[in-house]
Amino acid sequence: MLRGQRGAAARGSAMAHFVFEADLHGLLRLDTPIPNAQLARWQCKAKENDSPTTSMSPMKPANRSHSSSKTPSKTSGKSGSKIQNTPSKAGGDRYIPSRSTMQMEMANFLLTKENDPADESPTKKEQQKAWAMNLNGFDVEEAKILRLSGKPQNAPEGYQNNLKVLYSQKTTPGSSRKNGRYIPSMPDRILDAPEIHNDYYLNLIDWSSQNFLAVALHNFVYLWSYTSGEIIQLLQMENSDDYISSVSWTKEGNYLAVGTSNAEVQLWDVQQQKRLRNMTSHSSRVGSLSWNSHILSSGARSGHIHHHDVRVAQHHVATLVGHTQEVCGLKWSLDGRYLASGGNDNLVNIWPCTQGDSRDYAPVQTFTQHQGAVKAVAWCPWQSNVLATGGGTSDRHIRIWSVSSGACLAAVDAHSQVCSILWSTNYKELISGHGFAQNQLVIWKYPTMAKVTELRGHTARVLNLTMSPDGATVASAAADETLRLWRCFELDPITKKEKERASSAKSSIIQHSIR
Amino acid sequence: MAKQLGREQQGITLRGSAEIVAEFFSYGINSILYQRGIYPPETFTRVTKYGLTLLVTTDPELKNYLNNVVEQMKEWLDKCIVQRLVVVISSIENNEVLERWQFDIECDKTAKDESAPREKSQKAIQDEIRSVIRQITATVTFLPLLETTCAFDLLIYTDKDLAVPEKWEESGPQFIANSEEVRLRSFTTTIHKVNSMVSYKKDSFP
Repeated sequence: MLRGQRGAAARGSAMAHFVFEADLHGLLRLDTPIPNAQLARWQCKAKENDSPTTSMSPMKPANRSHSSSKTPSKTSGKSGSKIQNTPSKAGGDRYIPSRSTMQMEMANFLLTKENDPADESPTKKEQQKAWAMNLNGFDVEEAKILRLSGKPQNAPEGYQNNLKVLYSQKTTPGSSRKNGRYIPSMPDRILDAPEIHNDYYLNLIDWSSQNFLAVALHNFVYLWSYTSGEIIQLLQMENSDDYISSVSWTKEGNYLAVGTSNAEVQLWDVQQQKRLRNMTSHSSRVGSLSWNSHILSSGARSGHIHHHDVRVAQHHVATLVGHTQEVCGLKWSLDGRYLASGGNDNLVNIWPCTQGDSRDYAPVQTFTQHQGAVKAVAWCPWQSNVLATGGGTSDRHIRIWSVSSGACLAAVDAHSQVCSILWSTNYKELISGHGFAQNQLVIWKYPTMAKVTELRGHTARVLNLTMSPDGATVASAAADETLRLWRCFELDPITKKEKERASSAKSSIIQHSIR
Repeated sequence: MAKQLGREQQGITLRGSAEIVAEFFSYGINSILYQRGIYPPETFTRVTKYGLTLLVTTDPELKNYLNNVVEQMKEWLDKCIVQRLVVVISSIENNEVLERWQFDIECDKTAKDESAPREKSQKAIQDEIRSVIRQITATVTFLPLLETTCAFDLLIYTDKDLAVPEKWEESGPQFIANSEEVRLRSFTTTIHKVNSMVSYKKDSFP
C-alpha cells in the first residue's frame, strides 16, 4: 500500500514523501530522545534555581501564638509546594500523559514476575501493621476504643454557639439614651498608609506633643504634620527585608525612638533628621517602646524588656525577664512609678521603677486572666494606679485593674480582638480599637463601662491607636492601609474656654507665690 | 502543704505522674469546651492553675461526667494501659464529626518496676503544661467556626485485653473524613509523655 501511495505522491511534490518516510522511521525508532517530553527532575530543579520564585508564602501567620517550630504553619507549607509544581503538561502523550510519574520499572516487575497470590496477603498485612505501628506508636489494631456511656447533658435548648454569635454580630442599633454630645461618625481625615505591616504585635504609629504623627510603613518612617499637612520622610532602612516594628516619641517631641526587625533601637533627632544613636542589645525584633524621661524601655520578641539610659554610652542598664513570648504592649505610668507590659503569653506584668533587694527587677503584679495576647495597655491619667488592658482574639475582653491592690475592677466583653486602648480626660471615657468582624473603634464611659458609641469605617482590622496632644482627635491605623483621624473627644467651646481659664489661673497663682 | 513540699523534693513517681497527666486532661478538656463554645460561657468559672487563669465548668452534671473520666484515666495511667484520649466534637443535628482533639500518651513501662522516683522538677512540668494549654486557647485564631450547636464525646484507646468497666462501652474511632491537622506541643513527666494535636474538617471552599 505504501508503495502505491509513494508512487502517486512522487508525481506531485517530491519532498513530501521523503518527510513522511522520515517521520515514520523516526516513530519506529525507540532510542532517539523524546522530542517534547517533560524535563527530567534534575533539569526542573536547575531551571528553578535560576529563577527563584519570590512569592513563596503570602500568608503571614500573623497572630497565631508563636509556639515552637513543631507546629507547622499549614498554609505556607501548602502554597510552597504548589509553586514548586512540575512544569506544563507539554511533555507526554495521550497514552502516557506523564512519564516521570509512571513507575515503569515497578510495573514491569509486577507484570513479568511470577506471583503467588496466596503468599502476598500475609506479607502485605504485616507491612501495614508495621506502618501502623510507626505512625501511631502502638498497634492500633490491638487497641480498644472505649467511650463513657451516658452522654453528658448537652447545652440547654436555644443556646446558640457563642462563636457564631460573636462573629455574625450585626451592628448594634443606636442606644436610645441620648449621648449628651455629638460625635461625628465619619473620620475627620483619611490618610493613605501603603505597605503598613498587617502584624498585630507591632506598634507603628505615635503622635508627638509637637503635633507630628509618626507612621512606620514597612522600612520607612514618615512624619505628618497635623497643622500643615506636610509629610517628611524621616528615615529609610538600608535593607528592604528589614522593617520598622515600633515608634515612640519622647515627651517633648523632639526625639523619636524607632525599633526594628533586626533588633536595633534607634534614636533620631527630628529637627536635624539625623540618627543620634543605634542601640543594639536585643536578640530579636523590638515590637514595643516606652519613654520615662531619659529611660527608654524596649520590649522584644524574646519576651525580654531592656531599659536604655540614652544619655550614657553604656545604654543598656537593666533587663526585665517576665514574659516567655513577644512583648507587644509596653507603657510607663504617667508618674513614672510603674511599667506595665503585656505579652503574647497572655500575661500582664507590672514592674517597679527601682530594683528590688536582690538587685533584680521583679514584677509587683502579674495578671493572668486574659486568655489572649495583651497588646492594649493604657494607664488612667486621672486616677493613679489604674490600668486598662485588652486581650487578643482568644480573649476579647477589656479589663480595668488597680495596680496597688491587684484587683480587677471591671471586665467587659468587647466581642472582638482588642488592639489598643486610650483614655480620654476630656469626657472621662475610654476608646478601644478592634478587629474582626467590624474593625470598629468603641468609646466606653468610665467607670460604668457603658458603650457610648462605635466608630466604623475601617475595612480591615485596626492595628494601633494614638491621640493628639490636645486630646480631641484619635488616629487609627488599620490593615486596610489607611489612617483615619476621628474627632471624637472634642471639647465644646464653652468647656474649652473654662479649661483654658482654669489652667492659666493656676499658672498665675504659681507665679505669685514664687517671689 | 508540707506533703506538697515533700512531693516536690521527692521527684516523679508513677502514681504522681498519672495524677499530673489526669489533672492536665481535666483542665484541658474544660478549656476546649469553653474555647469552642460547646457550652455557654456563663457556665464557666475562673480558677488559677499552672500559673494561668483557666476556665472550668460549674455545671454539676458535666462536672460529674468529667470527674468519672478523669478518675478512670488516673487508674489506667497508673497501670500504663491507656494509649490515647480523644475529644470528639460533632454537630448535634447530623452527628457529623467536626473537630477531633487527640492526645497520645506514651508510657515508660519500666517505671512500674522502679522504686526510685525520677528527677524532674514540678515547675518544669508545669511550664510545659502551661504552653500546651495556652496553645489550645490560641487555636481559636485558626480553627474554623463551629456553625451549629455541637456536642462532645470522649474516647479512650486502651489495651485490647482490658476488661471493659461498668459505665463504659466500646466505640469506633470517629475519624473526620476530609481533615486538616495541626500538631501542638507535647509535655513529659519523664514517665508519661503526652503529644497533642487537633484535626478539623477542611472547609468546603478553599
